[in-house]
Amino acid sequence: MTIQQLNEIREKAFLSVASRKVGQQKSLYRHQVLVCGGSGCTSGNSRKIYDEFAKEIAEKGLTDDVNLVMTGCFGLCALGPVVIVYPEGSFYAKVELSHVCEIVDSHLVAGQPVAKLLYEETVTDEGIKALNDTHFYRKQMRLALRNCGVIDPENIEEYIARDGYQALYKAINMSGDEIIDTVINSGLRGRGGAGFLTGRKWKFTQGAKGKIKYVCCNADEGDPGAFMDRSVLEGDPHVVLEAMSIAAYAVGAAHGYIYVRAEYPVAVRRLQIALEQSRKYGLLGNNILGTDFSFDIEIRLGAGAFVCGEETALMTSIEGKRGEPRPRPPFPAIEGLFHKPTLLNNVETYANIPQIILNGAEWYSAIGTEKSKGTKVFALGGKIHNTGLVEVPMGTTLREIIYEIGGGIPNGKAFKAAQTGGPSGGCIPAELIDTKIDYESLQAIGSMMGSGGLIVMDEDNCMVDIAKFFLEFTVDESCGKCTPCRIGTKRLYEMLCKVTEGKATLEDLDKMEELCYYIQDNSLCGLGQSAPNPVLSTLKYFRKEYEAHVVDKHCPAGVCKSLINYVIDPEKCIGCNLCARNCSANAIRGTLKQPHTIDTSLCIKCGVCLTKCRFNAISKEGK
Amino acid sequence: MKYKSLPFDGTKEQESKLKAKLAELKPQGAALMKALQFAQDLYGYLPYEVQQMIAEGLGISLADVYGVVTFYSQFTMYPKGKYQISICLGTACYVKGSGEIYDKLRNLLGIESGECTVDRMFSLDATRCIGCCGLAPVMTVNDDVYGKITADDVEGILAKYISMEGNK
Repeated sequence: MTIQQLNEIREKAFLSVASRKVGQQKSLYRHQVLVCGGSGCTSGNSRKIYDEFAKEIAEKGLTDDVNLVMTGCFGLCALGPVVIVYPEGSFYAKVELSHVCEIVDSHLVAGQPVAKLLYEETVTDEGIKALNDTHFYRKQMRLALRNCGVIDPENIEEYIARDGYQALYKAINMSGDEIIDTVINSGLRGRGGAGFLTGRKWKFTQGAKGKIKYVCCNADEGDPGAFMDRSVLEGDPHVVLEAMSIAAYAVGAAHGYIYVRAEYPVAVRRLQIALEQSRKYGLLGNNILGTDFSFDIEIRLGAGAFVCGEETALMTSIEGKRGEPRPRPPFPAIEGLFHKPTLLNNVETYANIPQIILNGAEWYSAIGTEKSKGTKVFALGGKIHNTGLVEVPMGTTLREIIYEIGGGIPNGKAFKAAQTGGPSGGCIPAELIDTKIDYESLQAIGSMMGSGGLIVMDEDNCMVDIAKFFLEFTVDESCGKCTPCRIGTKRLYEMLCKVTEGKATLEDLDKMEELCYYIQDNSLCGLGQSAPNPVLSTLKYFRKEYEAHVVDKHCPAGVCKSLINYVIDPEKCIGCNLCARNCSANAIRGTLKQPHTIDTSLCIKCGVCLTKCRFNAISKEGK
Repeated sequence: MKYKSLPFDGTKEQESKLKAKLAELKPQGAALMKALQFAQDLYGYLPYEVQQMIAEGLGISLADVYGVVTFYSQFTMYPKGKYQISICLGTACYVKGSGEIYDKLRNLLGIESGECTVDRMFSLDATRCIGCCGLAPVMTVNDDVYGKITADDVEGILAKYISMEGNK
């Protein structure tokens, strides 16, 4: 492969990709139909929807006019399966198999979008809005996700059409130092959580002694509720390969590993396809782009251990051992995989590299805040309308993400807290909703950027219960190597259980806090050091809620089972007997047409009666 | 009743496939994880007998193999049911009530996470986030995904698979 050949492919493929933009007409096709093939939408049957489109398009003789593509994630998972039709940018939401025929007949044949099947926000009095005019997309800035939902991830030519592998060509005509300076000056920081300056890491690895060096990609995304890296791998796998090649050239490595979770089968398959294609096109392997630079990448599957997201544990796992961390220093840049200097970056970090090389450090460093440059992808979930994947410039406030992009809290409930950083992060209370999100500001309020999980909680969530939930996770995932983490988190979890059962004292709360600091200070790796964050942050911002559990034996959100009773309001109960018939514990007594009562000594607090009652006669009450 | 002490019923054919793979992997080094992933695909689980074969095939101790098997949650030493049920206990699902669904499944099936029913029909796993938080709470049965469900739906879902078996 030469640069001329690369450019020829780009020109050719550009015609089919270019019109995946609102209003862009110049194309080989009259319409582009993009079906989301991300994990969320494929769980919602989007593969069958794709097949149905293919069938209908063929039957109606539209094959030459309509280009049907299965892309990566569009981001708005709550409305999945999603289908986008260009050049209008029409946004079909929650598409079902039975809708396909109508969309083809009306939209693709007659040119009339089917208003009733479109995402309701896009249907206005002034006409139909395109997807990028919706609240969800308007405030976003998609850099790491620029190709997700645009190209077919299983077709390297579509990636090339969007300037793919141009950055690699540019990079191998630069010196390693020039590349690293560009990355340093861009201000890009590690997107895996800790936020270390990426270029600095490259510099250390470049400067390390040794002939054999490795470049690794951390795709072991283990935070519950986070799926940024998965979406990049599924929607744009080549960007990771290109960035790793650039890194390998800069630091002087010939071999790379991608450590990816086996729980992401779609991502693994698309990575494998991407690897084969780029080898075939001479963009990976020996003598890349006709130079003497050679580099190849191997996929290693993780096997379900959260701790393997930690860099030293990840490397031990690639070596085929128990994925336990080891003390640092020596840092991986000096002594990493197989005891050789190793560069390790996370998927999202790599996804930014090609554009930084192409557009320059200044372009990138103009985005974001003073110390946190660029954009960050967040996986928005929990009690929020627009569950999905969002990418915003650093410095965007939590309020903008939750209320403007996320569409607010469903069912008219009040926003209570947002949890960032997964089990390593903390809960941000409603009064701090105007916090500008960057590495420093999140740390200052006791949370952290983490990899990008953002879980929204409303008034029905008990913060002690949430802290307990995260601790249960860390206890489960602690590898057991060091005592503060192995035993400390377990004891902390037990103390939280005492609180939720109403058996704790105020002194226990102080002891909990002390134990938190002890675990933070003494654990070997990031897992243990950050494990107390969910407890510390909730103790800081929701101490009243803890005290209610301890002093009043009351769970204000009505979640902690030991502290609530179900009661029947005799005024409202008409004695229909429905609750009693559905009670698995036989705890409800009463004769027909007379108010019923619940025997609290038998009640297992499953809550079935409350959901069954049609007269709102049953409620939860503190003891 | 738990299906923990099932006698090993691997075939000669499986054994020769595994041994061929081990011979291929051994010279590559750092191959234990790959070997285990291959063996689990082949047998469905990793009983002692299989671990012994891997240890011999790769020339490492059984303790090393066992240490890695028990470290990673993907590896299981017990067989899986014909219908593998996973219930997501990730944050997004949990705040939307997947804990109740999990309790209901445990009650109905009489097994805990990681176990299999005595007729080898159902096995149950509480999993971390499976990534479709938009469908929370989510449970899967083999490749079927059930999203936005409540504890009340569980019985009906299980009944579907039981009746499918009955009709055969």
